[in-house]
Amino acid sequence: MHELTAGFPATQATSSFTEYLQRSRPELLPGSQLLPAGQLPQAPHATTIVALAYPGGVLMAGDRRATMGNVIASRHIEKVFPADSYSVLGIAGTAGLAIDITKLFQVELEHYEKIEGTLLSLDGKANRLGAMIRSNLPMAMQGMAVVPLFAGFDQVAQLGRLFSYDVTGGRYEEQEHHSVGSGSVFARGALKKLWRPNLSETEAVAVAVEALYDAADDDSATGGPDPVRQLWPVVYTVNRAGARRVPERELADIAGRIASSRTIEGREA
Amino acid sequence: MTQQFYVSPEQLMKDRADFARKGIARGRSVVVISCADGIALVAENPSPSLHKLGEIYDKIAFAAVGKYNEFESLRQAGVRYADVRGYSYDREDVTARGLASVYAQSLGAVFTAEQKPFEVELAVAEVGRDQASDHLYRLTFDGSIADVNGFVAMGGLAEQVSAVLEDGWSAELSLAGALRLAVRALAADKEAEALPGTAVEAAVLDRSSESSRGTRRSFRRLSADEIVRSLEGEA
Repeated sequence: MHELTAGFPATQATSSFTEYLQRSRPELLPGSQLLPAGQLPQAPHATTIVALAYPGGVLMAGDRRATMGNVIASRHIEKVFPADSYSVLGIAGTAGLAIDITKLFQVELEHYEKIEGTLLSLDGKANRLGAMIRSNLPMAMQGMAVVPLFAGFDQVAQLGRLFSYDVTGGRYEEQEHHSVGSGSVFARGALKKLWRPNLSETEAVAVAVEALYDAADDDSATGGPDPVRQLWPVVYTVNRAGARRVPERELADIAGRIASSRTIEGREA
Repeated sequence: MTQQFYVSPEQLMKDRADFARKGIARGRSVVVISCADGIALVAENPSPSLHKLGEIYDKIAFAAVGKYNEFESLRQAGVRYADVRGYSYDREDVTARGLASVYAQSLGAVFTAEQKPFEVELAVAEVGRDQASDHLYRLTFDGSIADVNGFVAMGGLAEQVSAVLEDGWSAELSLAGALRLAVRALAADKEAEALPGTAVEAAVLDRSSESSRGTRRSFRRLSADEIVRSLEGEA
């Protein structure tokens, strides 16, 4: 630390934790090492994430399954995380790298907040995440892609916003709802029918859980609600008051209602 | 060629220490008080944006007196140290003791090797589950480190401020009580009985941030309104 503090030149100062690691501890960055040529052994993959906007906020939900080829690698994995007090991110793709990128992103936002004494703007956060995904491009070319979904409450515009990314770090703002991961095709189909403007927060949570239910119905890599092990999707809402994890009890109720209403209907789909 | 005069090491160190002390004595004081609700940090600071108190990590805060540019670079280096450590090991592995000893080494190295010593004094505070596990460290410009109990006062008139704290401090103080004691202590060198709420900067390390605010980050800056309100309330 001495080199840093003694005559620390202002031009060297950075509020970005990633930039600081690149300069002083590059080995700690995810995906920093060059990979040798060869076949990549199987690694767990995280699957479906859905996000949707409602008046006053956004929410994001993820199922609890990770797969490794045809095997279920984990039934308990969590893929939606709070990024800071006003934003959340969900990840699909290679689980190990995705969790590292999430951790780095969380520290990046907190670090900026502590150094600068103020929160980064929502667009600023979304751009930083894009840069992190871009730096993972060499890994993605080796078959270890990470695709996040980012949502947050914009305190200037006073509304919830959604951002999706591609493997090159391209950032796209989404309207209404979006979904990523292996089950996203089915989840998006469900969202198109279930989403409507003026959803209340409670209704929005139910819509997200039902979309994941539909994704799990058709995609073997997406896990549905599991009443035997008492496992429910992870759901975060973000509104004016900040990010909040929806309690398990509420999710168990919602999942139970969906299952029973479908049982009553007794239809194939 | 000009001949260099011989200066004995004792004289050299003494000159440097006098220089640093003079710089620090010009500044206004800061106090850090461990109380029942957590750790209160209070500084006499009319500026609402140039802070003397800062968040370092989940349970750790920083307070400083002296030259702003010098302690600000130390604060930022502390945040970097803590974030790198927490990122590469785990959040639990960041401790005030580790941070304070790194600060002590940097201050000591600058004091002996650089052109001029840092004109700063620092306090590193870590809030624990109960008062017995709170940690308060005081660091001076030459890299000396002291593990203190209960409260720290720093700045030009630290002795006078300390004397008031010594009188009024007890472990059972509430946050508002600690704030009132702090502003009374900070006014020790003035005519007034206590400083007005608008002339102080205050922050707290909440002992129970997980249950009260749902976050592991216990550092919270108090707004001017909140400070004035706590000062007006009765003990």
